[in-house]
Amino acid sequence: MLSGWGRLPRPGREVRSEDLVALTRDAVLSRGLGRSYGDSSLPPPSRPQAANTTLADRILSFDERTGRLRAEAGLSAFALSRLFRPRGFVLPVSPGTQFVTLGGMVAADVHGASHHVDGCFGAHVTALRMRVADGRIVECGPEQESELFWATVGGMGLTGHILEVEFRMRTIPSPWLWVEKQRMPDIDAFMEGLKASAREWPQTKGWIDCLKRGRHLGRGVLMRARWASAEEAPARAPAARPRPAVPFEPPFSLVTPLTVRAFNSLCYHFPWRAGGIDHPDSFFYPLDVVENWNRLYGPRGFTQYQCVLPAAAGTGAARRFLELLTRRGGASMLCVIKDCGPEGKGLLSFPKEGISIALDIPVTDDTQGLVDALNEAVIGEGGRVYLAKDAFTRAEHFRAMEPRLPAWTAIRRRWDPEGRIRSAQSIRLFGDAP
Amino acid sequence: MRVVFLGATKGMGRALARLMSQRGDRLFLLGRDGADLERSARDLEVRGGAPVASARCDLEKPETVAPALDAAEAALGGIDTVVVTAGLFATQDQLEADPDLARRLLLVDFTNTVLFCEEARRRLLARGGGSLCVFSSVAGERGRKPVVLYGAAKAGLTRYLEGLDHRFRAAGLRTTCVKPGFVRTSMTDGLPAPPFAGEPEGVARRVLAAIDAGAPVVYAPAPWRWVMLVIRLLPRFVMRRVGF
Repeated sequence: MLSGWGRLPRPGREVRSEDLVALTRDAVLSRGLGRSYGDSSLPPPSRPQAANTTLADRILSFDERTGRLRAEAGLSAFALSRLFRPRGFVLPVSPGTQFVTLGGMVAADVHGASHHVDGCFGAHVTALRMRVADGRIVECGPEQESELFWATVGGMGLTGHILEVEFRMRTIPSPWLWVEKQRMPDIDAFMEGLKASAREWPQTKGWIDCLKRGRHLGRGVLMRARWASAEEAPARAPAARPRPAVPFEPPFSLVTPLTVRAFNSLCYHFPWRAGGIDHPDSFFYPLDVVENWNRLYGPRGFTQYQCVLPAAAGTGAARRFLELLTRRGGASMLCVIKDCGPEGKGLLSFPKEGISIALDIPVTDDTQGLVDALNEAVIGEGGRVYLAKDAFTRAEHFRAMEPRLPAWTAIRRRWDPEGRIRSAQSIRLFGDAP
Repeated sequence: MRVVFLGATKGMGRALARLMSQRGDRLFLLGRDGADLERSARDLEVRGGAPVASARCDLEKPETVAPALDAAEAALGGIDTVVVTAGLFATQDQLEADPDLARRLLLVDFTNTVLFCEEARRRLLARGGGSLCVFSSVAGERGRKPVVLYGAAKAGLTRYLEGLDHRFRAAGLRTTCVKPGFVRTSMTDGLPAPPFAGEPEGVARRVLAAIDAGAPVVYAPAPWRWVMLVIRLLPRFVMRRVGF
């Protein structure tokens, strides 16, 4: 059995090798560290074998002057940051966890707290080496085989196996962050706060207490950050943080309305410092601090629902969405809100100008109904969901959200007429053969 | 250290070579596949900062050994450490089904590894000594059902390294025999992982400490020392009944 980060198991197994060229020869799907929540990285039931890329983690070149780095697709953001942050380089875009591979970052075209400035990871990628469905190995990039490239950026690994990734690293003035936090009393204040912060801060995001209703609806904490200057930063390097693990899966979910309420109140009222120097990992990857935190949801697992509500839907869209969520009783331990910049060039890339809301939802008998209801609301607002998180969206709902889908499908068909490369998710959403 | 490394492209060897290059050791890589060696050399260069060169050396072709070590000595200006992680692996079922594979594995994992070590230790001793670190296996500790042939080759290698240590330590040769337990690498991919299975990075840290300390034997991950102590003490009639 194999599952995504949400721990919803499907039949499947992984094969690992350092040699991606050999490993992908007959494979129908590549998989990295398995941090996509739903079924993006799960193989089809008739070919239940995924090529795990994590042993292919060599750096092939690095240019100190330009920051350009080329590496095998299984290299993780964690390994990169451990190696390069002390030398003054970081990833141009940091997703919510550093336990992702470069291949996964391209496939999901990940975004982070800097999306309003930096866009997605794909915008910083200069070349990909891929094994496409007919077995050929192809180099593509924004200038070379650019159709394949932009269908692959955000294409969930469905256009071919990503073997190597070349991209530009970012230089930083120090390895520390300057972080500020502010309590936001309700959703309207939150939207204002994000908008105002985005003008001056390269990194902004917020956490929302999803159980609050009425006048406290959407209250939470706004966080914004920038890399600290060399003068501000401590002389020492940020130490590696200890990573306690959730040692086993509890027999029932520990994420219940009661525990969520306590956790949320603590987060909101905790007397944290309003501003100062902070460890970059605590800002970028707060959840990475506990290994296997996904086990907290017990045997039924959980799903993450992440949608973007376009700016065109107005500032009321986030309020309408949260009202629907709280009315449906969708208790979420974690609700992250982030303002997105303009849509990138990745044909299935998730973000577009507006507000992204991400919710962790324990799986219950009602989850499908809840996701359906949220999806219908998102379609009404002109928004869409993030495939890297999704496990429950219906094909017709996704089609209604994604006007770019036919264009992406046409390119995918050109490179893979028989639909050989596929996943459990592409079977569910794009009608691929099981 | 100036290190000649046979087997740095994969698994535990890759992890150990990275640790060495990151702390400033100079490396020269040996292996079968020139293009693959080049990729590992680039990886180690970016990680460690120092240039890394390589040469072809194939344990199935013993005639490649001396020229490869010559090239390493020339490139590094002398060597003081030799690491061997290369070897063949196959399950007992595969080896029983394919006598030619069994012949190759026995030849590579015992005879030709020993010949490589002989060539390497002569050169180290000629320079007044040095470290020779060779990956054997816990499979060589007892005759066991799942590793009859592989275990026999590794048992021979372990005994050779023990003898080498006794014979030449006074002359300055520090031999380290590494006995990895189950480690999650591509070599063991698809095999059911027992308790105390380890990761290559942890093994590499332990092995590097053992090389630095000149320890003659190191089990990795650490608990395998005690696991194997128990297995070595089990009476024959028990070993005959158990499946491991």
